[in-house]
Amino acid sequence: MSGQFGMYPFIISSLWVTVIALLLAGPVCLLSAIHLTQYARPIVLRIMHPVIDILAGIPSVIFGVWGVLAIVPFVGDHIGPLFGKSITGYSILSGGLVLAVMIIPFILNILIEVFRTIPEELTEVTLSLGATHWMVIKHVLLRKAFPGIISAFSLGLSRAFGETIAVLMVVGNVTRIPTGALQPGYPLPALIANNYGEMLSIPRYDSALMLAALVLLVIVILFNIISRWLIFRVERNT
Amino acid sequence: MTGKAKINIEHLDLYIGKQHILKDVSTQIPEKKITVILGPSGCGKTTLLKSLNRLTDLYSNVKVSGKIFIEGEDILHTNMDITEIRKRMGLLSQRPYPLPMNIFNNVAYGLRISGRTNKIVLRKRVQHYLELVNLWDEVKDRLHDPASSLSIGQQQRLCLARGLSVDPDIILADEPTSALDPISSEVVEKKFIDLKSQYTVVVVTHSLQQARRIADYAIFMYLGEIIEQGPASEFFSDPKEELTKSYLKGLFN
Repeated sequence: MSGQFGMYPFIISSLWVTVIALLLAGPVCLLSAIHLTQYARPIVLRIMHPVIDILAGIPSVIFGVWGVLAIVPFVGDHIGPLFGKSITGYSILSGGLVLAVMIIPFILNILIEVFRTIPEELTEVTLSLGATHWMVIKHVLLRKAFPGIISAFSLGLSRAFGETIAVLMVVGNVTRIPTGALQPGYPLPALIANNYGEMLSIPRYDSALMLAALVLLVIVILFNIISRWLIFRVERNT
Repeated sequence: MTGKAKINIEHLDLYIGKQHILKDVSTQIPEKKITVILGPSGCGKTTLLKSLNRLTDLYSNVKVSGKIFIEGEDILHTNMDITEIRKRMGLLSQRPYPLPMNIFNNVAYGLRISGRTNKIVLRKRVQHYLELVNLWDEVKDRLHDPASSLSIGQQQRLCLARGLSVDPDIILADEPTSALDPISSEVVEKKFIDLKSQYTVVVVTHSLQQARRIADYAIFMYLGEIIEQGPASEFFSDPKEELTKSYLKGLFN
């Protein structure tokens, strides 16, 4: 122990897990929101609303247990062999999958509100120009909703990046720079949760963990600044 | 009625859920005239307007029965493409709803989706329609600014230009001046009078003064029924029904 610490593997693991979660959850949420607000009968939305709220209220440790029981074996037994690899299933991909399911209700809830607050008259006037319903969605509603979509995704991103326990339970926690989604990782929040209070006998370990927490905070703030900037740019142009 | 009927509505009934909104509405809307639909709020005049281009399809709890003929074609029971029917009618709503695009594209959008994408043609057409609504001089140097940067009155004229751009032959206007200042209202009203040489205009309003100024044909609705209708000169000077008389006197609104 030379008192030297590196944070690179943890930051990379966190980014991997977050990006996978957002890539999986984003399209699902966007398409679901469009379906629920534009195509489905009103009763479907009325049923789905409480379902989404309940999903959002499930404690994250439950998602973690579900991940260990269902996702980890699934990734280990089916996804791994698909790429010719023999793995345990504790991996970045499992973390991303569990996280995706966890952030879906948050993103979806906001997206539904975003689409519902667009005045119906905008749809009506666009239809009367001879547009089809799909053109209305593609050319008008998505553009109108863009700032809201960015807000929803950035909230999901921040939640995913900071989520600790559910990811920690399925991601493997191996201190190595991951080079693929099927390898185990060790995200920043898991590092802090696993080690703070445990390893403090090692000199300067607590300072290193404090720095890790700061890095976590700064990255989340950066995400938010970038999304604000995107929203600002779009609103100026429409 | 004088002149040819453009739209012929026969026994139109419309329910929203269990509410009976339009009750056995039958009327004829004359071609190339301004028809004004009058009545207190909640009488179904906006609903009647929206059923003319089947925007009522958007809501699953709306049930429509009856017939609406536009130049002989029953648009409620037709194999024709609904977007083709809608393209024949320009819609102007109560408040302006510009598309989330720049000024130029707001007018060009309707042209683009109907397949006119040649840049030079687009420019000419956009200029033509913006001139038609007296907006060109105000916006010609800022065509690429967002439409939302215009004043409300300018936005409403932009929306009128957008509606005209797809070359409709009917203009449906739902209280088009209720959110506008007096000067913009006057511009829009005058525009309607200019436009009636080429278009059939249907205006919903609850402003009696406006109706008197622009109407050629008037329809008075109350609680979902047509109480009285006729050429504007007769309708305003010599109403037959008691309800119409008291409405015209301003006894209720």
